[in-house]
Amino acid sequence: MLIYLLRRIASAVSVIVVTLVASFGLFFVAPTDPAGVICGQRCTPERYADISASLNLDEPVVQQVGEYLKGLVAGRTYHSGGLTIDCDAPCLGYSYTLGQPVTKLIGQALPVTVSIVLGGAVVYLAVGILAGVVAARRRGTYLDRIMVGTSLGINAVPYFVLALLVALYATFLPHAGYHPLLENPLTWAVGLLAAWLTLGVANAAAYTRYARASMIETLGEDYIRTARAKGISERRVVYRHGLRAAVTPIATIFGLDLAFQLTGAIFTEAMFGLPGLGVLTLRAFNQYDLPVLMAGVLIGSVVLVAMNLLVDILYTILDPRVRLG
Amino acid sequence: MTEPQLLETPDREPGGTSEPGVRKPQTVARTRRRGGDDRSAETPYLQVRDLTVTFPTADGPVRAVQGLSYTLSLGRTLAVVGESGSGKSVSSMAIMGLHDPSSTRITGSISVGGQEIVGMSPAQLRRHRGGTAAMIFQDPPSSLHPYFTVGDQIVEAYRAHHKVSKRVARDRAVDLLGRVGIPNPRRRLDDHPHQFSGGMRQRAMIAMALVNDPKLLIADEPTTALDVTVQAQILDLIMDLQQDFGSAVLFITHDLGVVAEIADDVLVMYGGRAVEHGRVEAILGRPQHPYTWGLLESIPAVSGEPTRLHPIPGLPPSLLALPTGCSFHPRCEFAGRLDGACTRELPDLISRAADTTRTSRCHLPDPEQVFQTEILPRLP
Ligand SMILES: Nc1ncnc2c1ncn2[C@@H]1O[C@H](COP(=O)(O)OP(=O)(O)O)[C@@H](O)[C@H]1O
Ligand code: SF4
Ligand SMILES: [Mg+2]
Repeated sequence: MLIYLLRRIASAVSVIVVTLVASFGLFFVAPTDPAGVICGQRCTPERYADISASLNLDEPVVQQVGEYLKGLVAGRTYHSGGLTIDCDAPCLGYSYTLGQPVTKLIGQALPVTVSIVLGGAVVYLAVGILAGVVAARRRGTYLDRIMVGTSLGINAVPYFVLALLVALYATFLPHAGYHPLLENPLTWAVGLLAAWLTLGVANAAAYTRYARASMIETLGEDYIRTARAKGISERRVVYRHGLRAAVTPIATIFGLDLAFQLTGAIFTEAMFGLPGLGVLTLRAFNQYDLPVLMAGVLIGSVVLVAMNLLVDILYTILDPRVRLG
Repeated sequence: MTEPQLLETPDREPGGTSEPGVRKPQTVARTRRRGGDDRSAETPYLQVRDLTVTFPTADGPVRAVQGLSYTLSLGRTLAVVGESGSGKSVSSMAIMGLHDPSSTRITGSISVGGQEIVGMSPAQLRRHRGGTAAMIFQDPPSSLHPYFTVGDQIVEAYRAHHKVSKRVARDRAVDLLGRVGIPNPRRRLDDHPHQFSGGMRQRAMIAMALVNDPKLLIADEPTTALDVTVQAQILDLIMDLQQDFGSAVLFITHDLGVVAEIADDVLVMYGGRAVEHGRVEAILGRPQHPYTWGLLESIPAVSGEPTRLHPIPGLPPSLLALPTGCSFHPRCEFAGRLDGACTRELPDLISRAADTTRTSRCHLPDPEQVFQTEILPRLP
């Protein structure tokens, strides 16, 4: 188990490094004038020189990557307008357009995105799984058909339209905004409610169908009949014996969805004015802020790889028949 | 129907099989009592009367069981045989009260220990299931929950009927696992089913079924998925435990070899109906129904020689539209002899010979003679 984990982590790290190098090449080597791009529209010659020097753009590519990696583990310094800026490890670079170390920018944006995505996940997992179980138990009835129909209907609406609808019509919801959790959990939750609801409704629709299908399959299993034959209550049969087995395949979907949402919460963030990763990356994209874009790619690959690993580990916890190795 | 009378069998051993106090299920000699106690004076523990089970489907009602009646006393074993789809499982699930009331129509009467099961409230049914009656299912790999330990599952079964602590229930589970012949039961309690072999899983299944001392044990093809040696061990175990617990055993199988081994009485089912019923010696030795003959002809001989199997020609009938008259007529080689009676009229399940303990459902006027002269010479 431990060896397996170490092997998986090693391979995860190598995937991330490869992504890093590839995106480095894409952003810093391919453009004919990366310093000019990073410098932006109102570029002064001094700033241009600062950027070139800070990013070692005159040196060979290998050394540039080396500096970048070194920055990640040991930190590095940047020069801007005669000032020396210390960028502590893990240094993801310096945004000349925003005048901030990228690590700080990410550090501000990441909690916002994580809050949105995890809070939304709680909503859609709870609603979706519960609704799916109810629909599965009443399979073929009108209730079941209404639930499946509604779920398909919701998913037929593009996500950004759904977010727009919530933003426009759910005016009874408190005003959206991000307040750090540690400062005041209540204002944190209140400010995120609209985003959670949007993400929750959209995904609950899909999760209702996943849970329904998984539950129908599970309820047809022989061990469910065995459980009934013991004389335990039907609720125990469904929720202890049925749901326990039915959530396993859902966990896989969830892990990948979570990775996807963490890297792509852009609509939700933009619609509700929440300064998350998606908004940060989009701004960086519009302003050719290469260091920030680069960090976005890095975070994305870390999230994806980590989620994959997490799902595999979760699987062995959920299903005792699966052994790592 | 009259309760069959005591009937001596040649291999009868009055003392039972094992010495008191010594339980080695794996090695119990395969000699056995049969029809040991004469309990005909008592009311049978299980009484099924005119049971009909129908599933409404999009294509119309599926009549899985029709007009089924039989009785079973404590200490006795009734084997229910028939091809797959003949209604064996559906009828026994009805006895357990396992059918979903919203999608099943059950009429008739099932009395277990004097309690009527048909129409019982869900709360009463819960007490019945696993309490007075327990069931062992065919395929242990899929009949035990893969995510829970064997111990958890037995403990849960016990605690569903006994208000005891987990500890007490665990001790009980250990006791039962030991009794069904699982070595090191306390340690194996925390294993998951996939860590057990097929035979061990079936033993665990049996332990789970017996944990509440049910008076009625239903075994639905409990050995079908197992290899021959393990199969024999499991049969021995069930017979052995039946003696200890004194329960009534309803044993479903399509293997007539197994029937000869364990049953006191036999019920042959075809297309949801009983077609022949009686003592095991009578049904296997002098069967009266052409379908039973077909079953006998289709058993492979036990000896090592290459055997010629005669499966019954044709397919089991559709339960949506049973053939008119005798449901077996499209597949029966004797149907032509009876002037169309077979296609016109459903024969009654009645006694057709001097022996009134047995009944069959066939128009043939002289079934025993046909068996002696035409079927017996063909048997392997
Ligand atoms: N829930 C159900 N709905 C419709 N048909 C069913 C249902 N359960 C069983 N049947 C049908 O009833 C018939 C008898 O099944 P069963 O009792 O399982 O046969 P077997 O004798 O092999 O145990 C089969 O044809 C089966 O398809
Ligand atoms: S009644 Fe006719 S068709 Fe049915 S089993 Fe007897 S002989 Fe065959
Ligand atoms: Mg069956």
